[in-house]
Amino acid sequence: MQTFYTIAVGPLAWFAWAVFLVGSAWRIFSMASLAKNKEMAAVAYFDTAYGMRSIARWMTPFATLGWQKNPVLTFATFAFHISFILLALFAQGHAILWEYAFGMRVWALPPQVASALTIIATLSCAYFLVRRLSNSTVRFVSTPGDWLALGLATLPFITALLVRQSVGDPLLMTLLHVLSGEAVLVAIPFTRLSHALFVPFTRAYMGSEFGAVRHCPDW
Amino acid sequence: MKNSGSQPASFASEWDWEKGKKTVVASVLPKDPEAWQEELYVSPDGTHMAAVVRLEDDSFTLRVNDGQWEQSFEKAWMPRFAPDGRLTALVMEDDQWTVAVDGTPWEERFDFIWNTMFGGQSQIYASIQSDMQYGMCKEGEPWAELHDNATDFSLSPTGKNSAAVVQVVPLKQADLETFAKGAYTVAVNGTAWEQTFVNAWTPVFNCLGEEQVAAQVRLNEFEYTIAVNGTPWPTTYNCVWAPSFDPLGSAVAAPFRKGGRWGMAVDGAEFWKPTYYQCWNQQWSFDAKKLWAIVAPEYGKFTVACNNTPWNALFPVVTDLVLSPQGTRAAALASHKNEEFRVVVDGVAWNDAWDMAYPPVFSPNGQHVAALVRKKDTMTVFIDNKPVGQTFTKAWQPAFSPDSSSLLLRGVQNGALVRCVLPLNELF
Amino acid sequence: MGIAERKIEDANLLKAVAALTPDKIQQVVRSVTKGEAGARLAVYHETCMRCGMCAEACHFSLSHKGDPTYTPVGKMEQTMWRLLRTDGRVTPDEIYNMAQIAFTECNMCKRCVHFCPVGIDTGYIISLVRRICHLLGVVPMYILDTAHSHSATMNQMWVKEDEWIDSLMWQEDEARDEFPKLRIPLDKEGSDVLYSVIAPEPKFRTQLIYQAAAIMNQAGIDWTMPAGPGWDNSDMCMMTGNLEMMGRLKRAHYEMAQRLRVKRIVMGECGHAFRSVYDTGNRWLGFKDWPVPIVHSVEFFWELLTTGKIKIPQKFQKPVTIHDPCNITRGYGLMEKLREVVHMLCENVVEMTPNREHTICCCAGGGVINCGPPFKGTRVAGNKVKADVLAATGVEYVIAPCHNCHGGLEDIISHYKLGMHTKFIGDLIFELMEKPGAE
Ligand code: SF4
Ligand code: SF4
Repeated sequence: MQTFYTIAVGPLAWFAWAVFLVGSAWRIFSMASLAKNKEMAAVAYFDTAYGMRSIARWMTPFATLGWQKNPVLTFATFAFHISFILLALFAQGHAILWEYAFGMRVWALPPQVASALTIIATLSCAYFLVRRLSNSTVRFVSTPGDWLALGLATLPFITALLVRQSVGDPLLMTLLHVLSGEAVLVAIPFTRLSHALFVPFTRAYMGSEFGAVRHCPDW
Repeated sequence: MKNSGSQPASFASEWDWEKGKKTVVASVLPKDPEAWQEELYVSPDGTHMAAVVRLEDDSFTLRVNDGQWEQSFEKAWMPRFAPDGRLTALVMEDDQWTVAVDGTPWEERFDFIWNTMFGGQSQIYASIQSDMQYGMCKEGEPWAELHDNATDFSLSPTGKNSAAVVQVVPLKQADLETFAKGAYTVAVNGTAWEQTFVNAWTPVFNCLGEEQVAAQVRLNEFEYTIAVNGTPWPTTYNCVWAPSFDPLGSAVAAPFRKGGRWGMAVDGAEFWKPTYYQCWNQQWSFDAKKLWAIVAPEYGKFTVACNNTPWNALFPVVTDLVLSPQGTRAAALASHKNEEFRVVVDGVAWNDAWDMAYPPVFSPNGQHVAALVRKKDTMTVFIDNKPVGQTFTKAWQPAFSPDSSSLLLRGVQNGALVRCVLPLNELF
Repeated sequence: MGIAERKIEDANLLKAVAALTPDKIQQVVRSVTKGEAGARLAVYHETCMRCGMCAEACHFSLSHKGDPTYTPVGKMEQTMWRLLRTDGRVTPDEIYNMAQIAFTECNMCKRCVHFCPVGIDTGYIISLVRRICHLLGVVPMYILDTAHSHSATMNQMWVKEDEWIDSLMWQEDEARDEFPKLRIPLDKEGSDVLYSVIAPEPKFRTQLIYQAAAIMNQAGIDWTMPAGPGWDNSDMCMMTGNLEMMGRLKRAHYEMAQRLRVKRIVMGECGHAFRSVYDTGNRWLGFKDWPVPIVHSVEFFWELLTTGKIKIPQKFQKPVTIHDPCNITRGYGLMEKLREVVHMLCENVVEMTPNREHTICCCAGGGVINCGPPFKGTRVAGNKVKADVLAATGVEYVIAPCHNCHGGLEDIISHYKLGMHTKFIGDLIFELMEKPGAE
């Protein structure tokens, strides 16, 4: 078990990061060249200022019509994404790994805060799940890919909770947590989780078209 | 877009080329400031002005310099001078239309007449409708055969022949089936091609024989090609633009679109690979050695290409490509959002930018380029990047003398129509 | 629930679908999904989170509460997402359904853009579906006939060249009874303004040309109207997915203006035509901006009123409300100018909610009304929400500076018995302006 763990936080982690980084770079690069080749009539209107304006606006909770008209989902979406990023970067266990891998010391979240964030993220995922089952629109358009993405995104939080609540064998639970985190990394470029890579572009493009051509807010 | 930069040299040789400035008409405005006068127009040689004037309620005629036509009409519009100096206007009497030439209407009357055109030898043509049948007439003589509709009127280079796109099969309301089978074709001097097409556009004549006509045709909802004398090329395209004949033979060039880019095809074979974001207005040099066109090598950036090699300078919009008579030089207008007009000659833009510019004009020897330009309310002419020094409130295209030694300016100065002949050696 | 249960018979959809085979379908679908389309389609398909936030946006889904098949993402799911998932292996019947959705259940108004956190452009995806339908020949009969007219005559209504000139001369004659000096100058080279309209104006609404001529004349504008093809700025080919013809039409329009050396094109109160000249046709032709600027009437009227070229001695007294046409507000940001114009004309303006860029569509645009009588019910039922919005204002007059919006709003007004009337801004200006040149 210990060996497994060592592999998981060692070579496997490096592998997951490599797949994530190389995969993401490749996806973005190939999309960009596809766009350049076929859609200059869209790419030509890219405008950094308007793009950033749109991104900033949509990163502000309840600042857009869409967020306002879907309040619960908005709350859950922001709660989940904020927790996800904070925990991924600054959970205490992760801080140790940063130090172990790169020898650099990073600030870590106080354990109580981390626990709270984990619970928030898990609850948000639960809400996503319930909504995907109960909201007629979402149910109508859900595909296996959406379930997969939701499952992948939820697993690290559930396993983290289990570790923290000392459910089951701690080493096994930690191993599962590490593996699920690595699965997320590997999955980002190749599943619906790729929205993490592409949303900045789709958002910025929409912001550019609405800002520079349509002279109208896109929120 | 028509190449309005070329001038019929044969007529220009008879014009008055004596140097100096003459006042043709002391005031282009009506004597009575309250009087109704519209559509001021000036003859190619600058010796006459014409305008539509209203005599009383429903009576119109044409003012010519300080006189006017004797006869008046219920309606009169579109005064135009033929290259040989005859003045034409579209006129209506007793609800019937015709063309009046120098004050005398043609005997033939039509239910409607519009779109006056002039042939290379100054023949007068117009589009006509009689009993809901459409076609063209030449000097009052209608086509022997008229059609359910006619559009895209065109003349042969000598002006002997005329062609148009015509509808040869009647279409009922929302008649998708007949439309899909093809209700349109090209008629040459009124006689329609046997083949019909979903659509046809822009018939053009062979410069040599004139018995050949090429046009854009659409074979079904999404296949386009070029048809010559009714026979379509075997290759079809996603889109095409107007064809043009090789001046020395019967090869036909036309821009085509494939995979979202434009190239040039000759006789149905790829001639320029489709790499451009746009490619149109191709013109052959007289010896068919050079093929010029307006192209966009990058999205939103236009220029002129000769034999598939674009000029280096790129502009948001390029229009009015004009070749020197020798076909070795080219000039065009560049602009941005219909402003900042520049004259670009052989790939180099003149220094100044204007609110509007008119098609450049080459001297017959190909050495000089003149262009009429406007900044705010002042018009002037530039030649080879330098102003000629005369300004006008309204002016018409300049013209070179056939020996390329002088430049003729026509315009309104202080309310008077003036005509200026400037020897080029005094300009430089 | 679902498109299959609300199939509406359209002569051409039936006929065209009958001629399809799965192989042909797949080949055409691939030519678009793997050929013409590029990164936007791929990224939108991949990053649409199926979150359903857009369900709150669309007048169709708001009017059919609880029916996911009318939501923006639901419509993409039933059309493009399905085509991508199956790599185009769908039956002719399914193509029928997809055509019905794409042509009659989405106005490409882009309201859903304000709701989608990812920035998915449902209007664009639907336009790609229409493109596929066009390439398959599966286009509703009425709008296809209009597209045919465009290709044969360069205008939308089969208007022949002499009929066009004749209508203008007729309106000039009529107007001259009221304004003795009025002229509709034809093909007047070098004018400041080239005025272009949509073909239904000379065909059915010549009064609008009369009014425009009177306004131009009284404002002392140096203007002209084209005497030849290219005069029609409208564009149903953009709506059917016939992009080649859209490009051809716009080229004719720009080149007519360039040939006449005018400063700019001013167009009548039409939304989709503005979009085609300002935003879509230019791109297809390879222009990043536009070769000749196009000014929508709302903006032009704003200029005339703010510079005092047109004076309004007495404003319209009855309460009015303002409908923001998507193509000039969400498409060009004329929200404020539109308001300023209306306030300069009307004493009592009651805003509807939502308004401005969040305006709810008239449900006629995007070519939907041009699909003709068979689909009128779709439009009316699909826009109950707008009827509620209108009713809540409690006013009698709706100002809508767009032809399609007029058609769409009039249909819901009569169906839901709202007892309201629509007005163009030109109607109001003509009614209220000082007419020093009138006899
Ligand atoms: S009709 Fe408008 S809001 Fe509805 S899906 Fe289409 S573009 Fe979006
Ligand atoms: S709001 Fe956007 S991401 Fe969500 S389902 Fe609609 S289109 Fe997809």
